[in-house]
Amino acid sequence: MDGSAAGAVRAPAARRRSTVRRLMRRRSTVAFLFTLPLIVIIAGMVLYPALYSIHLATLNKSMERFVGFGNFEFLFRRETFWMVVKQSVVFAVSAVVFKALIGFCVAHFVHNIPAKGQRKWRGMLLVPWVIPPAMSTLAWLWLFDPQYSAFNWVFEQIGLVPVSWLGDPNWARFSVILVNVWFGAPFFMIMYLAALKSVPEQLYEAASIDGANWWQKLWYVTLPMMRNIIAITVLFSLIVTFANFDIVRILTAGGPVDQTHVFATWAFKIGIEGNDLPLGAAVSLFMFPILAVAAWFILRDISRRGTEA
Amino acid sequence: MGFWDHWVPSANDALTKLCNEWAAKEKVELKIDYIPSQGNKNLLTIAAESQARAGHDMLAFPTWQPADKARELEPLDDVMKSLLAANGAVSPLIEYLAKVQGHWIAVPASPGSQIKGPCARIDLMKQHAGLDVQKMYPAGAPPDKALSQNWTWDAFLAAAEKCHKAGVPFGIGMGQTEDSVDTQGALWSAYGAVLVDAQGRITVKSDAVRQVLEFNRRLLAFLPPDVFAWDNASNNRMLIAGKTALIMNPPSAWAVAKRDNVKVAEQLWTFPSPRGPKGRYEPYLPYFWGIWKFSKNKAAAKSLLMHLSQRSSVEKQVAASQGYDIPAFAKLNDFKTWAEEGPPKGTLYHYPPSSEQILSVSAFPAPPKIAVQIYSQAIMTKMVGKATQAGGSVDKAIDWATTELEGFMRG
Repeated sequence: MDGSAAGAVRAPAARRRSTVRRLMRRRSTVAFLFTLPLIVIIAGMVLYPALYSIHLATLNKSMERFVGFGNFEFLFRRETFWMVVKQSVVFAVSAVVFKALIGFCVAHFVHNIPAKGQRKWRGMLLVPWVIPPAMSTLAWLWLFDPQYSAFNWVFEQIGLVPVSWLGDPNWARFSVILVNVWFGAPFFMIMYLAALKSVPEQLYEAASIDGANWWQKLWYVTLPMMRNIIAITVLFSLIVTFANFDIVRILTAGGPVDQTHVFATWAFKIGIEGNDLPLGAAVSLFMFPILAVAAWFILRDISRRGTEA
Repeated sequence: MGFWDHWVPSANDALTKLCNEWAAKEKVELKIDYIPSQGNKNLLTIAAESQARAGHDMLAFPTWQPADKARELEPLDDVMKSLLAANGAVSPLIEYLAKVQGHWIAVPASPGSQIKGPCARIDLMKQHAGLDVQKMYPAGAPPDKALSQNWTWDAFLAAAEKCHKAGVPFGIGMGQTEDSVDTQGALWSAYGAVLVDAQGRITVKSDAVRQVLEFNRRLLAFLPPDVFAWDNASNNRMLIAGKTALIMNPPSAWAVAKRDNVKVAEQLWTFPSPRGPKGRYEPYLPYFWGIWKFSKNKAAAKSLLMHLSQRSSVEKQVAASQGYDIPAFAKLNDFKTWAEEGPPKGTLYHYPPSSEQILSVSAFPAPPKIAVQIYSQAIMTKMVGKATQAGGSVDKAIDWATTELEGFMRG
C-alpha cells in the first residue's frame, strides 16, 4: 500500500473522529448523554410496562386469545365499573380542589410569617408529605377504626354521636378524601410558597399606590403571577391522585360494598386477587384517556398564556 | 423455594429446619424465601413469576391459585399417589382446588391451612347465651351428642341476640376480606345457597339464597354497626380486647390473646361451626405447594415435597404453629398438639375437623375460575350489604349479583 492510498483510508477515519468531536462539543449531545441513563430507566420501568399493559388488556381472561377491545366493551357494560369511574372522578377532583385551596391559604400564611420563624413552619407543614403514605395512612386507620376510633372517643367525651367513619359509604368517601388532602396539601403549599416568593414586590407597591385593597392585590397581582404554577401543580396532583392506591387500599380496601374503590384499587382487586390480569390491565388503562384529556386542556392553557406573554 | 411467611414466628423456623435436614441428606443447595400474604405479596409474586416464567422452583400457593395457574404447574400425580397411600384421603374440597383435568397440580401444604370455626368466650357464652361450649365440645372427648346437634345457625342467631343485649356482640365481619367471606361461605353452604353450580350455571335466584339473606338481615341487628368495614384484624382486636363473646377465626386470635391478654385467652374455646339444614359446613382455607413447569430442579423439589409431607414432618410443623395448621390428609388430624395446647388445656381439641364436618370454601362448587372471582370480589357479603343497607332489598341484591356473575363467566 502506497502512501497516498494509506492517506485515503485515514482521511474518512479522521473525518469520523472530527464529526464525533463536533457532536460531543454540542450542548444538546452532552445533555442527551447526561439524560440517557434516565431515558433508559424510564423506557424500562415505565414505557415497557405501559406497552405490556396495553398488550395484556387485549387478551382474554386466560391470556390465550387476542380479543381487541373486548375487555373495554365488557367493562362498559358493568354497573360497578361506572361506579368506580364516578368515585375516581369525585375522589380526585374534590381532593385536588381542597389540596389547592388549603395549600394556597397556608402558603399565604407562611409567606407572611417573619423570615426568622418561617423555616420552622415550612418544615413542620411538610411533615405529612414527607412520611410515606402507607405508614401515615395506618395511623389514620387507627383514628377511624370501626371499634376503637380515637375521633369517636373524643366525640363521646363531648356528648356527640360516634360516626361510622369507614362503615358508612359517605363517611368512608369523606375519610379517604380527607387523608389524601392531609397528605397532599403540603406539596401545594410549598409550590405556591415558591411562586409567591417569586412575585416582584414592586407589583404590590404599584397596586398599593393605585389604591388596591388586599383582595384586589390577590386577584389582579398574585393569582395572574401564579397561574402557571397553579395549573402545573393541579395537573401533577390530578394525575397522582387519580392513580392513588395506598390510601384507599389501607383505609377501606374499596369498601363498604365497593363504594370507595378507585381505578387502581379495583384493578388490583380484579387483576391480582381475582386472577384476571387482562381485565385488571384494562381498568388501569382507563385512567389514561381521562388524564390525557385533562393534561391536554391544562397544558394548552399554559402554552397559550406563554404565547400571550 | 418460596414458602408462606407464617403468622406464628416459630413455624418458619421449624420448616427451615426440616428443609435443611433434607438438603443435608440429599446434598442439595437450598435457598428459602418466606413470602408474606400481608398486602397480597404472595399473590403478586405468583403473578410475576407466572408472567416471567422464572423465579422459585417451588412456591406456596393460596387456596385458589393452583387451579388458576394449572397450565404452568408440574403435575404431581406421583407425589400425591404416595402421600394419599401414606397419609390417608383428602377432602373432596382439596380435589376441587388442586386436581385439574384428572391431574394433581399441587400438594396440600400444612403451613397456613386453617379452619375458621367459632372461637368463643367460655364465660360470656355461659353467662349471657346459656351455652356451655366446653360441655358441648369437651376437651379429650367426643362432642356431647345432644348439645352439638342443637348447635345450629338458629341457635347461633339466638345466642348472638342475647350477647348483643349483654353488650358483648358476636364479632362477625361483613367486609371484603377472607374472614368475612369465609364465614358467609359456611353459612350459605349450610343452607344450600349456591351462586353458581358445578356446571357453571348461575343459580342465585333461589329460595335458599333468599333464606340466607334473610338470616343475615336478622343477624346484622345483633352485630356491631361497622361490620361492613371490617378487615381480617377487626374481629381479632375485638376478641383480644374482651368486647365480644364469639368470632369465627383460626386459633391465631387465641395465640395473640395468649401473648397480649392471657385472661381473655384462658376463656377461649375453639369448636365446630353451627349446623344448617344441609349440614355442618366448616370454613376451610387450605394452602398448597406447587412446582413450576419452568423449574430446572423438579426432581429435587418433588423429593422435598415428599419429605415435608411425611407424618413426622407435618407433626413438627403443626406443633411449631401452635396447632394453627390443619393438614389436609385424614390420618394427620390426630396430633397431640391440639389436645395439649392451652390455656385452657384442650382449647384446640375440636379444631381439627371430625367426620361430621364438611370442609367448605366460599363459592364452591362453582368452577374454580369463576369461584375465585366470587370469592375475591366478596359477592356474598356485598349481597348482604345490598340487601340490608338503605335503599336495598333482597331482590335488588339478587339482580345485582346476577349481572356480576354473568360477568365472571367470560372466558
